[in-house]
Amino acid sequence: MLPPIIGVLFDGFAYGMLLFLLSVGQSVTLGMMNFINLAHCAFAMVGGYVTVMLVNRYGWPFFATLPVAFIVTALISVVFERVLYRRLYRATDLDQVLLTIGIAFIAVAVAAYTFGTEQQPLQLPTYLRGSITFLGLNLVIYRLILVGIGIAATLILVGTLEYTRFGAQVRAAVDNQRMASGLGINVDRTFAVTFALGSGLAGLGGGLAIEIVGLDPLFAFTYLVYVLIVVSVGGLGSITGSFAAAAVLGISDIAGKYYVPQLGAFLIYLVMITLLMWRPTGLFGRR
Amino acid sequence: MSTPAHPARTTADNRALALATRGLSKSFGSLPVARDVEIKLPQGARYALIGPNGAGKTTLINLMTGMLTPNAGQIFLGDDDITATAPEERVRRGLARTFQINTLFAGLNPLEAVTLAVAERRGIAGNFWQNTAIHKEAIEEAHDILVRLRLGDCCYQITRELPYGRQRLLEIALALATKPKVLLLDEPAAGVPQEESGDIFEAVAGLSGDLTLLFIEHDMHVVFRFASHIIVLVGGAIFTEGSPAEIAADPGVREVYLGKRKHG
Amino acid sequence: MTASTTLTPQAYLQAQSRWQPIEIIFWLATLLPYVLFPDYLSLASQIAITALFALSLDLILGYAGIVSLGHAAFFGVGAYTAGIIAKYGWGEPLSGLLAAAVLAGLTGYASSFIIARFRHLALIMLTLGFGLLLAELANSASWLTGGVDGLQGVKMWPLLGMFEFDLYGYVAYTYSLIVLFAVFLFARRLINSPFGLALRGIRENAVRMPAIGAPSRAHIQTIYTIAAAIAGIAGALLAQTTETVSLETLGFQRSADVLVMLVLGGAGRLYGGLIGAAIFMVARDQFSGIAPQYWYFWIGVLLVMVVMILPNGIIGGLSKIYGRWKRK
Repeated sequence: MLPPIIGVLFDGFAYGMLLFLLSVGQSVTLGMMNFINLAHCAFAMVGGYVTVMLVNRYGWPFFATLPVAFIVTALISVVFERVLYRRLYRATDLDQVLLTIGIAFIAVAVAAYTFGTEQQPLQLPTYLRGSITFLGLNLVIYRLILVGIGIAATLILVGTLEYTRFGAQVRAAVDNQRMASGLGINVDRTFAVTFALGSGLAGLGGGLAIEIVGLDPLFAFTYLVYVLIVVSVGGLGSITGSFAAAAVLGISDIAGKYYVPQLGAFLIYLVMITLLMWRPTGLFGRR
Repeated sequence: MSTPAHPARTTADNRALALATRGLSKSFGSLPVARDVEIKLPQGARYALIGPNGAGKTTLINLMTGMLTPNAGQIFLGDDDITATAPEERVRRGLARTFQINTLFAGLNPLEAVTLAVAERRGIAGNFWQNTAIHKEAIEEAHDILVRLRLGDCCYQITRELPYGRQRLLEIALALATKPKVLLLDEPAAGVPQEESGDIFEAVAGLSGDLTLLFIEHDMHVVFRFASHIIVLVGGAIFTEGSPAEIAADPGVREVYLGKRKHG
Repeated sequence: MTASTTLTPQAYLQAQSRWQPIEIIFWLATLLPYVLFPDYLSLASQIAITALFALSLDLILGYAGIVSLGHAAFFGVGAYTAGIIAKYGWGEPLSGLLAAAVLAGLTGYASSFIIARFRHLALIMLTLGFGLLLAELANSASWLTGGVDGLQGVKMWPLLGMFEFDLYGYVAYTYSLIVLFAVFLFARRLINSPFGLALRGIRENAVRMPAIGAPSRAHIQTIYTIAAAIAGIAGALLAQTTETVSLETLGFQRSADVLVMLVLGGAGRLYGGLIGAAIFMVARDQFSGIAPQYWYFWIGVLLVMVVMILPNGIIGGLSKIYGRWKRK
C-alpha cells in the first residue's frame, strides 16, 4: 500500500510532463539563438484549438488529432520564423519581447473571435476516462498517458540529440554558433528545423493540456509564465534541464495546492527567484 | 619621450614594478588559454606583447583587467594584489585598457563620453541633482584630452558617425580619461587604413613618460619603433622575451610565426 | 582644432539641456482639458497618473536599459500604502503620497540588490517573478488589502485643507497634473546630470562602463530605487483620486500595458512615456465599447509594427522627420 503522498507526487509529475512538452522547444531555441519568444505558448494554444476543432467539429478520435496539432503548429511557426523572427536574431531583448508579445496578443484576439472566450469542452474517448487502482492509489489513466508521452518524448529528443547527425549539429549550434557555422553547419537551417520541432511539441502539449488545465484564449499567457520559469530554471538549451525543472515545478505546484493551499502560486515564484539567484543561467545551463 | 626602461629582468622587488603577474593561468574547460604567465612591467616601460593569432594576448589583458577570473596565479598593480579586485576598482587604482574591437558609447558624442569617464573618476557621476554643464573642470579636462588626441574638431559628432580611425583614437581617449598609471593597449591601430594610422602612432608616442604601457601589436614596424622590450606569447604561455634586437634575431620566434614548429 | 560650432564645450552641454519651445507647447497643452474637455477631467487625471507611471519606467528602461515585466509591483505598493493609510484614518493626501513614495522606494531598493546583478533573460524573469510574487501576496493578505474585492473605505481629506476632491475631477486633475509636472522636472534634471550621462553610458555599452571605472551596479540600484518611488507616487495618486485600490494595480496586465505605452511613444526621450500614455488611454477610452480582446488585437499589431518599422516609437519617427530632437 503506497501512501497518498505518492499519488500527489504522481499527479505533480504528470503535470510536470505537460509543462515539459510545452517548454522544451523554447529552452532549446533560446539556448541556440538567444531569441526570446513570448509567443511560444500562443503556438501551443494553436495546437490546442486544432485538437478541439478536429474532435468536436469533425469527430476525429482524440489521439489522431495530436500529430495534426504537432504538424499544424510546426508549420505556422515556420511561417513566423521566416517572415518575422529571423530579422530579429541580433536585436535587443526588448525588441524580441515586444514583437513576440504583440504576436501573442494577436493570437489571443483571433482565438477569442473565432472560438469565443469560454473554456473549450472536450469529450475524451471512454477508454481514456477513469482511473486504475495500483497499490492502493487511484491513478487517472489520462495522467498515465501524459507521463508516458512525456518520457517517450524525452527519450526520443535525447536520442536524437546524442546519436544523430542533426542532433550533433544542434548541440554544436547551441554551444558556439560562430564555431558551428565556421565548421560548415548551416546554423540558420538547423535553427529553423529546431524551432519548428519545438513549436510542434508545444502544439502537442497544447492538445494534451485541454483535459488537464482547460483551454481558453488566455492560455497563451497563463502558461507562458510557467514555461518561462521552467526554461530559466532548467537552463537554456538543456533538455535534461527542462525535464528536471518541469518535474520540480509540476510537483511543487500540485503538492503546494494540496498541502498548503493558502500559499498558492507564491511558493513557485519564490522558488524560481531563489534558484535564479543561485544559478542565473539555470540549473543545467552554461554561460 | 619615454624614460629609458629598466633592464629586462628586474629583481623580485615589486616596488619597482608598475604591473606584475605571477603564475597566471586560465582554462576554458579543457582548453588552456593562459599558462603560468609571469609578466613584470617596470614603471615607465614601453613593452610590446606579440604572438600568433589565438596565442591568448587579449585573454591576458582580460585577466589583468578583471574581465576574466583566473584559475590560478596573482596580479599585482604596484604593491597591491588585485587578483580579487573588481574591474572598476582596478581602473580606479590606475589600470586602464583599450579594446581591440571598438567598445564605445555609440549614441554619445566624444565630449559626452570622455566627460562621463572623467566624471566617474572624479566621483561626481552619482550626482543627479546638478546639470552636467556646471562641472567646468571636468568638462574642460575631457575637452583637453580630446584636443590632445586631435579629436577636438569632431567632439560634438555622435560616435557612431565618426570615421573608424577617429573611433580608435576615442578608445584611447576614454582610457586616458581615467588617469591611469598603467595602460594596456589592445591593437590600437587594428583595422585603421594607412592614411589614418599615423595619428594613432603619434598619439601613442605622445603619451606621458610616467605612463607604463603594454601594447599588443601585429605590425612589427610599430613594435620595433615603440617598444623597449618584447614579450612573445604562444599558446597561452610566454615563449620568450627580450629587447627588440634579441627578438628580431631569434629564429624560434620566426618559426612560431611562420608555423614551422608548433607550440602549445 | 576649431569646434564645429563656436560654443565652448561647457556652453554646448548647457545648450543640450535648454528647454525647447515644443516642450513648452506640450505643457501648455496639458491645460487644454480644463477648457476643451471639462467633462473628461477624470479621464485626464487618469492619463496624468499613467503618464507618471510610464515616466518611471522610462527611467529604467529607456535610460538604463533594464527590461522590466513587473514594474507594476511598485505602482501597486504605492497605491495600497496610500489607500491603507487613508482607510485607517489618515486621509491627508500629500503625506500619503510621501509615505507611498518611501515604501515603494524601499521595495525598489530591496529588489535592486538582485536586479542589478543580472541581465537578459534572467533579469526579465526576475522582474516578472517579483511582480507576480507581490500580486500573490496582496491577494493572500486580503485582511489588509481587501483581496479580490479591493480596498474599501478609502476617504480622502481635502487637499491642502482647502480643496475637496469633487465629482467632476477638477481637483483630481489639478493635483495629478501638478505632481506629474513636479516629478517631471526632477526627472529632467536627473537626465541632464552626470548621473544621467552614466545611465546613458550603461544603456549604450554596459561592457565599457567598468572599463572607465564606473560602478554600474550602484548606478542601477540608485535609478531602480528612484523609479520605484516615482511609480509608487503614481499608484498613490490613483488610490487617492479614485478612493479605491484593486489587485490589478499590481497585475501583469498593468506592467505589460505601461511597457506598451512607453515603447509606443518612444523610450529614452522622457516625453515618450507621457505621449504614449495619452494616446493609449484616449484610444482605450474611445474603444471601450469594443470587447477587450479586439482592443488587444490592435495593440498586438501596433507592437509588431513598432518593432519592425518604427523602432523608436512615435517620437522617434517624428524626430526623424524634424531632425532636431536628440536622443538623451
